[in-house]
Amino acid sequence: MTIEPGRSAATDAGPNEAELERRLTQTWSSQRGFWGAVASVDHKVIARRYIVTALVFLALGGLLALAMRIQLARPEARFIDADRYNQIFTMHGSNMMFLFAVPVMEAMAVYLVPLMVGTRNIAFPRLNAFSYWIFLAGGLLLWISFALDTAPDVGWFAYAPLSGPEYGAGKRADIWAQMITFTELSALAIAVEIVVTVLKQRAPGMSLDRIPLLVWSMLVMASLVIMAMPAIMFASSTLIMDRLVGTQFYNPAEGGDALLWQHLFWFFGHPEVYIIFLPAVGMVSTILPTFVRRPIFGYLPLVMALIATGVLAFGLWVHHMFVVGLPRLGESFFTASSMAIAIPAGIQIFCWLATLWAGRPVFKVPLLFLIGFIVTFVIGGLTGVMVASVPFDSQVHDTYFVVAHFHYVLIGGAVFPLIAAIYYWFPKMTGRMMSERLGRWAFWLIFIGFHVTFFPMHILGLQGMPRRIYTYQPDLPWGTLNLFVSLSSVVLSLGFLIFFIDIIRSWSSGRPAGENPWNASTLEWATGSPPPPYNFRAIPVVDTRDPLWSQPDELPVTSGLRSDRRELLISSVVEALPEARESSPQDSVWPFWAAIATSIMLIWSIFSPWAIVWGSVPIAVTLIGWFWPKGAAEDES
Amino acid sequence: MKERMILDVSRLPLHATGTASPTWWGTCAFMLIEGSGFGLVIAIYLYLMSLAPHWPIDAPPADLWAGTSLTAMLLASVVPNIWVSRWAQQRNLKKVRLGLVLMSFCGMAPLVFRAFEFPALHVRWDDSAYGSITWTILGLHTVHILTDLVDTLVLACLMFSRHGDNARRYGDVEDNALYWHFVVITWLPLYACIYWVPRL
Amino acid sequence: MKAARAALPISMLLSGCGGIQSALDPQGHSAILLRDLILVIVAICSLVWLAVMIVLVWALLRRRDREPGDGQGSDRGMRIWVSGAVAATVLIISGLTIGSFYTTRGLNGAKNPDVTIRVRAQQWWWQFIYEDTDPARNFQTANELHIPVGKEVRVRLESVDVIHSFWVPSLAGKLDLIPGRENVLTFRAERSGVYRGQCAEFCGLQHSHMAFFIIAESEESYRQWAGAQRQSGAEPVEAETSAGKAVFAARQCAACHTIRGTAAAGTTGPDLTHIGSRRTIAAGLLENTRGSLAAWIADPQTLKPGNNMPIVPLSSDELRQLSAYMESLK
Repeated sequence: MTIEPGRSAATDAGPNEAELERRLTQTWSSQRGFWGAVASVDHKVIARRYIVTALVFLALGGLLALAMRIQLARPEARFIDADRYNQIFTMHGSNMMFLFAVPVMEAMAVYLVPLMVGTRNIAFPRLNAFSYWIFLAGGLLLWISFALDTAPDVGWFAYAPLSGPEYGAGKRADIWAQMITFTELSALAIAVEIVVTVLKQRAPGMSLDRIPLLVWSMLVMASLVIMAMPAIMFASSTLIMDRLVGTQFYNPAEGGDALLWQHLFWFFGHPEVYIIFLPAVGMVSTILPTFVRRPIFGYLPLVMALIATGVLAFGLWVHHMFVVGLPRLGESFFTASSMAIAIPAGIQIFCWLATLWAGRPVFKVPLLFLIGFIVTFVIGGLTGVMVASVPFDSQVHDTYFVVAHFHYVLIGGAVFPLIAAIYYWFPKMTGRMMSERLGRWAFWLIFIGFHVTFFPMHILGLQGMPRRIYTYQPDLPWGTLNLFVSLSSVVLSLGFLIFFIDIIRSWSSGRPAGENPWNASTLEWATGSPPPPYNFRAIPVVDTRDPLWSQPDELPVTSGLRSDRRELLISSVVEALPEARESSPQDSVWPFWAAIATSIMLIWSIFSPWAIVWGSVPIAVTLIGWFWPKGAAEDES
Repeated sequence: MKERMILDVSRLPLHATGTASPTWWGTCAFMLIEGSGFGLVIAIYLYLMSLAPHWPIDAPPADLWAGTSLTAMLLASVVPNIWVSRWAQQRNLKKVRLGLVLMSFCGMAPLVFRAFEFPALHVRWDDSAYGSITWTILGLHTVHILTDLVDTLVLACLMFSRHGDNARRYGDVEDNALYWHFVVITWLPLYACIYWVPRL
Repeated sequence: MKAARAALPISMLLSGCGGIQSALDPQGHSAILLRDLILVIVAICSLVWLAVMIVLVWALLRRRDREPGDGQGSDRGMRIWVSGAVAATVLIISGLTIGSFYTTRGLNGAKNPDVTIRVRAQQWWWQFIYEDTDPARNFQTANELHIPVGKEVRVRLESVDVIHSFWVPSLAGKLDLIPGRENVLTFRAERSGVYRGQCAEFCGLQHSHMAFFIIAESEESYRQWAGAQRQSGAEPVEAETSAGKAVFAARQCAACHTIRGTAAAGTTGPDLTHIGSRRTIAAGLLENTRGSLAAWIADPQTLKPGNNMPIVPLSSDELRQLSAYMESLK
């Protein structure tokens, strides 16, 4: 790496800092006003929208859960009737998985990955904008159908033939299937952006062994999305075809197969769990060092564990089908592979414990949630080992034991780290700190509320209570525990309420944060809070895993990127050596129109197969508008 | 935080080409997504076949001529496709224009044969699971041909416009050629499934 | 509490159809093996969790003032500990895998079962068909399965419509019933008693109300019961039950239900030949009394919304006669 004099063109080498910042702001900001906001392709703007939308869906999904708990608090309660209840539990699952958990994790990636790898925008930023509008349309489709009392009522898994043409009346199952298409489309788009951002846009010197662990986890997550989501898109499309044009994929009478649906669904559905969970462990591995004042222990084993989890994720899907009557040999294989996933999970837990051991913990709210995560997730992991055993599973499959298990994994294993991450990165995203006091209240209420709500469900399951029942009879011995669970869920909700209040309050009136309030080590803390539209005034150069700790006072940077057009640095895949200066697209309204056209086609196609033909014409038009060069500096080279 | 300039990048090229280009990686990622999709339909085809007592279900094996002609045509189109890619690398505008026009025809001609492939199956999509999966495979691949055809047509227009002579456009042409290779290569196992597996 | 009182009349109808339904209260060969496995695995996992928690608390709270900072030495020590913990993980999960494999082998039933029953699940009730080598001796029941205690029972599981799951936790683990496929489950009740089972795979609107009972009894009572079930439906002797039989024949009941020995031969609904002998009606929903029979016939859609039995308009006399007739079909 040599220092060369900059050229006379408008690069970042020439002017003084204030002048440079002014030029970069002019080049990278979005226009004011409604259409400016719609056209924005800034990854931070879009990620913030994504996160807020996903948190709204979290709150709505939580309300559904409360409604279910009211209904189940007493035997034969009449609070909600069977039809509404079936809609509600279907909505709760679909909403939490497809509209909250996956999108919020991807949104965190969209916000953080470009900052952590030291680039100015995500790869394919217009695709990013498109993906948000598609996600929003999918979410609206589901919730509007719920408001109209025609929400899906076939479970978030929509098993054929219950969801098929013969037993799933109306358009309910189609709405579920098309909501899947929407959310998977948006997820796939983000996955591609993340892979390319991580592989090609890293700051000079950030070789593969210096990538922050969060970025590694997002890379593995994106790869899982790319490999797993086609299965569910195929499944949802063929379900609609079975229902609309009479294909026979899931009809055993004509050579189809009911279990084909389950294979496809779980081939996606199991990796889905890791699509949610891996970003969460990436968050843990990134946040933990900051609060124990020491680099993470076992970087390499942690990366290996992420990759191993990603690979194993594709060998587990049958453990959701242990009671469908598969051949014994297959069951043994899938028991072994499901158990084996405990090894990478164990490696991660042990590395975190070692990091905690060797460090000096500072008990701020993010660390509290990380500790809560370890306590809770280990239980979820161990009950996961239990249900990996075929005979064990034959008693607890489709009971409240499994409900308890996956809430331990998803809330304990993913939502706790997510809350830690929100407390941790909120200052970066908004420029303001969240409240330490409210945060502690939120932590204890959520932590205790969670355990008293979900732990008894293990027992209910073993006592024979199946899932997805809208009521149970008084002479079954489940009444007391169910009442206890329902009352406990109020505590849990109170915790979340305080968390949401803290977000809203702190956003407007929190204490100003400054660049690096936690004294953390990764690149996103080397720029303003919130970061300017161009992220970094100059692209940093990296030569360690913890750049801000190895040289706390000085940031080595590059010069020579133009400031009069959107330009980023492209670097090589392994070593991150600079290869080229590449332009980054300008704002555009076309992704919005393309998303509208796509949404119209997808929703129309629930009702008529011809929508595919006629609906694709406006899509093509909007895509041409999207890609056709407008003569801007970014279009040329 | 204080900044210290240690690296000047102003001499770097303004556009990354070939495997250095983000677009190339993006194209690869999308091909991986669609490749997973094609892999999946083949797996489903074989799965349904393993369940059925007779395969094809209530139908003779598909007639060979239309599908085989289409396969031959797709394979032949690889040659001009390689040319276009090479011309784009050389940034030879005239030849790239010619090549794109040629490739547009290479995209259209198979569609004619594809129209005959559906009746050659001798089964409707709603007759049986066999009909459903074969129609789906053909439909899915047709969508890919169509997508690349539209892309080629738009690119051809672009190359004849004032935006044509530009390193970025040549990169797009290369990526488009890469995608057409993908469309051709993925067809081969699908062709084997539809036409030859039932004859085994 | 007020809401509970409003629902009181219904819950009065509902009371008293108990039966054990718990994996923790096993009364069958398979369920006992499974309970033992569950207890062992839970115990091992609890110890693992406890160990992790001890290390966690220790790591958080240990005194740090003696150490001068993190040196290479402590890293090496931690590496050994982490490797050891990973090795222990591998050992434990290998043990659990082998343990569950052998439990599965132990669940394999005898090659020649003593009783074989066809189970046809449908939205939202259970059809149990006792097949004999002589088809004339076949009979069927609904939502109530009688088995001889201590004998190997094999159930052949089929579904008429969507996927259901056959689960009697006190006797055995569950197995799905899948349209287009047949699954086979073998189990053995070790003690006589009434065991409740319930559909465990979501199967639509009334999934919650798709229960059944297994009555395990001595070989002798079982034979007696089966002999009685093979008989045709009892001829009414009183005026009221005779009138009820006439109502049954005159209304559309026979379109869906069979009463052997009469002209009624419908097959979409449960066979009612011996409905009076069953403990419950409507798939475990109501205790079988004359009152609940009348309530059910009068308005099945309020008691179990969405089920396939239509409301048949009857006068109060007809309703009384019909429910008396049903009750008399012992």
